[in-house]
Amino acid sequence: MVLNCRHVWDQISGYLDNTLDAATRADVENHLAHCEICSAVLDSTRNILILTADDRVFELPLGYRERLHARLTEAILKGPPPKGTSSP
Amino acid sequence: MIAAILSGERELFHELIRPYERTVYLMALSLLKNEAEAEDAAQEAFLKAYRNLARFRSEARFSTWLITIVLNEARGRLRRTQPALTDSIDDDREDNVTPMQLTDWREIPSQSLERSEIRTLLRRAMLALPLPYREVFILRELEERNVQETAEALGITQASVKMRLHRARLMLQKQLAPQLKSAVSAPRRRFLWF
Repeated sequence: MVLNCRHVWDQISGYLDNTLDAATRADVENHLAHCEICSAVLDSTRNILILTADDRVFELPLGYRERLHARLTEAILKGPPPKGTSSP
Repeated sequence: MIAAILSGERELFHELIRPYERTVYLMALSLLKNEAEAEDAAQEAFLKAYRNLARFRSEARFSTWLITIVLNEARGRLRRTQPALTDSIDDDREDNVTPMQLTDWREIPSQSLERSEIRTLLRRAMLALPLPYREVFILRELEERNVQETAEALGITQASVKMRLHRARLMLQKQLAPQLKSAVSAPRRRFLWF
């Protein structure tokens, strides 16, 4: 089946996640082979996902772990987790 | 380990939660968009997890349970500060996101993340996503949770997870592609002596 650009954009996530069926994947690849706009959309989306997932983008606040475990230590010293049924 | 903690080895709780310190903080930040608030919400979520550990059911994943607790904590705080806030969206709507149409893309290498303005662009774009998309995006892309776990943590269907993730990706491409392109191609400012 010949896909237009809009159809290809709808399939970009499935293409990146490799969840498309073989026939749809082949249709998308046929389109990508001759459409520079869709190829650039795919390349830029893939690139942006790699950048956003990098741990350097969101860094933990300085001292976060120390403050967290200090607070947990206080709670732990106060007593064991209750056996009650209160909701979290 | 949970059974050991419940039967008296309380100190093990520190080890139990260590792998989730970042996830819980990031989920709080993705809702609250403020580092100090997010840290406080994350601490509160871990304390609630400790106090309610006996209620954890082993058929659930511990990470999903923790994520649910921190999301509830952060949502409660949001409701107190922004009572009119709504996070409902219609996943069946037909309005597709149109990506930024470019004719070529020059790859931006990960080394560019050493520049703080690039990290800021990425953070701002993610935090500007509508809340239902933001939650899914952070869980799937940053925390690498699978579709099923994301759906369980957020209480939505797997189809909604896939739809929201797809739209979030295209929204980010639309916003970030031109910004990154110009940020990376712009020459760095240098101090000139003449």
